[in-house]
Amino acid sequence: MIKQEKASKLFRNVLRRLLFLLCLGIGGALLSATFVRCAPGFGVQERELDPRWSAQSVEALRQEQMLHEGLASFYLHYLVALAHGDLGESDSLKRPIRELLRQRLPVTGNSVVRGLGVAWLAAALLASLGLGSRGWLCEALGTAFSSLLLSLPSAVVAMLAIHVRAPVFCPISVVVFPRLHRYIRSLLVRSYDQPHVLAARARGLGARPIFWRHVLPSAAPSLLALFGVSFAIAFGAAIPIEALCDSPGMGQLAWQAALSRDVPLIVNVTLIVCLVMLAANSFADLAGRAFAENNE
Amino acid sequence: MNPLQKVAAIILCMILVLIVLATILVPTPYARQFRDVPNAGPSIAHPLGTDALGRDFLSRLLYGTRVSLLLAPAAALLSTVIAASLGSAAGFLGGWFESIVLAATDLSLALPWLFLLLTVRAMLPLDVPPMASVIIAFLIMGLLGWQASVRVICATARGVRDSDFLLLARSSGCKPARLLLRHVAPNLRPLFYAQFWISIPLFILTEANLSILGLGVMEPMPSWGNLLRGFEDFPALAAAPWRLVPLILLVTVVMCFQLVLPSQEVTQ
Amino acid sequence: MMRRACIVFAFALVLCWPFLVSAESASQSGGELHFCLRGEPKTFNPLLVEEDASETVRYLTGGVLIRLNRQTQALEPGLAVSWKVSEEGRKISFRLRSGLHFSDGTPFTSEDVAYTMKALMDPQLHSPTGDSFRSDEGQVIVQTPSTDAVVVIFPAPVAGLERLFDQVAILSAHSPKKEMAVLGPFYVADYAPGSHILLRRNTNYWKKDKEGKPLPYLDSIRLDIQRNRDVELLRFRRGEIHLINVLDAEYFDRLQKETPAATHDAGPGLDSEFLWFNQVPTAPVAETKRAWFRSTEFRKAVSMAINRADLSRIVFGGHAQPAFGPVSPANHFWFNSSLSVPQYDSAAALRLLTQAGFRHEGGTLSDSSGNRVEFTVITNSGNKSREQMVTMIQQDLSQIGIKVNLVTLDFPSLIERITRTYDYEACLLGLVNTDLDPNSQMNVWLSSAENHQWNPKQSKPATVWEAELDRLMLSQASTISDKKRKADWDRVQQIVAEQQPFIYLVNKHAMSAISPAVVGSSPSVLDPHAFWNVEILCLGSDPSMGAKK
Repeated sequence: MIKQEKASKLFRNVLRRLLFLLCLGIGGALLSATFVRCAPGFGVQERELDPRWSAQSVEALRQEQMLHEGLASFYLHYLVALAHGDLGESDSLKRPIRELLRQRLPVTGNSVVRGLGVAWLAAALLASLGLGSRGWLCEALGTAFSSLLLSLPSAVVAMLAIHVRAPVFCPISVVVFPRLHRYIRSLLVRSYDQPHVLAARARGLGARPIFWRHVLPSAAPSLLALFGVSFAIAFGAAIPIEALCDSPGMGQLAWQAALSRDVPLIVNVTLIVCLVMLAANSFADLAGRAFAENNE
Repeated sequence: MNPLQKVAAIILCMILVLIVLATILVPTPYARQFRDVPNAGPSIAHPLGTDALGRDFLSRLLYGTRVSLLLAPAAALLSTVIAASLGSAAGFLGGWFESIVLAATDLSLALPWLFLLLTVRAMLPLDVPPMASVIIAFLIMGLLGWQASVRVICATARGVRDSDFLLLARSSGCKPARLLLRHVAPNLRPLFYAQFWISIPLFILTEANLSILGLGVMEPMPSWGNLLRGFEDFPALAAAPWRLVPLILLVTVVMCFQLVLPSQEVTQ
Repeated sequence: MMRRACIVFAFALVLCWPFLVSAESASQSGGELHFCLRGEPKTFNPLLVEEDASETVRYLTGGVLIRLNRQTQALEPGLAVSWKVSEEGRKISFRLRSGLHFSDGTPFTSEDVAYTMKALMDPQLHSPTGDSFRSDEGQVIVQTPSTDAVVVIFPAPVAGLERLFDQVAILSAHSPKKEMAVLGPFYVADYAPGSHILLRRNTNYWKKDKEGKPLPYLDSIRLDIQRNRDVELLRFRRGEIHLINVLDAEYFDRLQKETPAATHDAGPGLDSEFLWFNQVPTAPVAETKRAWFRSTEFRKAVSMAINRADLSRIVFGGHAQPAFGPVSPANHFWFNSSLSVPQYDSAAALRLLTQAGFRHEGGTLSDSSGNRVEFTVITNSGNKSREQMVTMIQQDLSQIGIKVNLVTLDFPSLIERITRTYDYEACLLGLVNTDLDPNSQMNVWLSSAENHQWNPKQSKPATVWEAELDRLMLSQASTISDKKRKADWDRVQQIVAEQQPFIYLVNKHAMSAISPAVVGSSPSVLDPHAFWNVEILCLGSDPSMGAKK
């Protein structure tokens, strides 16, 4: 009975959290739309400078751009359409936004997932190698390597990737890896320093059983939280990297949308980016909190 | 301090001395164009060669170092002050204020600021001298870079709020403002320092990224990011390795900052 | 054992020989040409084309009545065998090729031309191509006396009428595929937004080579959408693409060092880069500054103090020519060759300024009321050569005591400033010229026009010389005699050189990169530089730069 109550409470909590996230995401999207709408250059197009246009055509162009003039009514229309699952049409690309997102999101998703995979693998390997070998050289080299990568501007990493024609997930993993390495390393150090692990070690338990039975279980919730955080980092990094590398993903789309002041596109792209980032961060939060509660 | 941290600190100090002396050391003004020798290699007159317009690369590097290293801490200070006031107030007051601050932080962490920066830039007035535009660029970075620290500070402030000594202070009739300034803030001070220190390299990197994208410091003012803009042409870099000096300097400084950081536990 | 293997191998080789040879000769005609588009094409409707990417697709897929030869700058028959302009340039009659079919098999008749012209001239369409035909209010009449004859009558004379048809790709009136049914050498077979467009050979294309072989030679063209020019260059270096249509000077030099055979500099192009001062009376610019900007002496002095030779030598690596008028020397017929070349002379500039009441003391210039002369130049961000030009102008003008600031803005906000709010002091931009005819610059020189950048949309000309510009532009547009038009247009160029409303800086060279694997290329000054003769291009057997699939 109590269990059931607890479960329903948890369910309600999660539901409330999700609703909150959605509201926050929509709020963020509308905020950025307001921003772009108020920025200079809204409703202006490069083609106005084309001397071939007649005065009437230029006027018509401007009228067309005036459509989103009233911000409040635009919001209202957008929200109503969103409730019906209609994301509208992009002003600059003249294509349904739903279709654009369907094409772009998988590209970014693919790069992010692959980049994360590589980064996690490398970070976990290097961190455990550094701790496992217990030699100062190995440890120092690992730390130096990750802090070198941490010190490289991500734009330089992206340019390097362009030069060696590396797929987009490579710069993403290069950006995520050093951060992950740091966290994983300190997590493992902390876990190894726990009294029960020390006791197990003192009793002569082998390295492998210690790792699998004692270290990993105690570090697991934090690692789970870290997974959420790292996803947010990777997704956040993917956006500028894609814009720089010109990969046909969300980053490129967002960059284009901002450059052409395409409000309907900006709203939706920000909505997606916000929701993904918020979800990843809340996942990390929840995992972290669950861990804290378990410890109590 | 371990030996590695000592080395890093010494390097940082040396670079600081260098930028203080930059005005004496620079061979020529950073914007002066020697049009007969564009893209020249190292020589006695131009120890690091010249750029595409014939400007002395060493002068630009020294000056750019100065711009980046003086303004990044300023931006870090600004963002830390914002984060400290918001975070400690939120943690201390709790309730709806905390929820709002945390929600705003979440949201602002999730927004793709890069694209919004593009529009922010367009809003600035035109007739500002180059130095002012540089300061504005860093100010904007400082204003937008507070989110990460707020969460940490808020969580710690929450811990302080529930502590016994604060309960004692409150029960003896201490006013909230005094509580915040006299009791909460001093307890959080190491955290503020740590956050400030971590932000510096972050802002250096942010400036570099923004300048590479063309959103940072304006020409002819040099900065590390601006000097890295010629990096698209890797084959030319291989032929002119001295062009790598800004990148090496940047990486060294950022690494040193990371090494000198206070203990890792505080930063997480 | 060894010998047996050798024999088997030799035997196999002999058997395969014919196939190997035929494979090679097949590559002589055919193959897939790869190159990059620098943006997403916004439309495949040829009538609505307004940016480069769509323009490229239109050039490669559209069939036009009259084609401008990009090399000789002469008009050649396309879908029309012959044409005749009459009634002072109000009427044009075409005789069409018969027996042609669209790419989907629909027959081509005069009805299609009539349909296209009607659609194009619809005032609701707002097509830049259509707008260039619009000389006056009123209906355009299209008559189709027979299936191979079309007559188009305009309400008023259109100067340089036949040349404009180079931009009009004929649509099918009946094809269910609408604008995707084309008469050009290729048709759009596949489009992956954000990634690429695949064009395939139109087997119904009318043109044949001298030996009667159907054109085009190429089987297909793959256009990759690639905004990043560094990536484009890199891909060219690796042999993944065959050509770069427009190459910047910086990239040209990089490439020339490695593969001189692949780079082509066709000489000065039509595009020009220029600087102008904001003279709009209602602009939020300080009154003192506006007074400088309106002073002809000030503009002339600034023009004289700019070292154009250095600009073209340093910023463009010598691949540009100092410019001094609205027409590039590349435009053989319309260029006014009697214009005097402006000399870089900061001493003379200072003298001129002193005469106009400015004072030069202690290295700074101030006007008669003692205000320091200083202004901000805006240009679009992300254009390295423009930033560099302004930086060089900063140093040039500092020698006569003028302080120049540079601000780069992204395009939309820049355009808002120069077309709506007029909140700027000076601006450096370039004009991309695709048309040789002066009529295409009507919206620039008429004082009432939108693109009269230094002071647009005037209700009546603000100065005497602007009034004369108006008169000359209208006069050249209303006559059909090329001689008379040339005289008017020469005078326009003369006035612009004297008054310097636009301070012309350089004409960039038309540069392109073409892999040696592409046979038949001959880059031209006019766009599309590298593939204007796409029908006769083919991929040779030279493997050095061929696209590796």
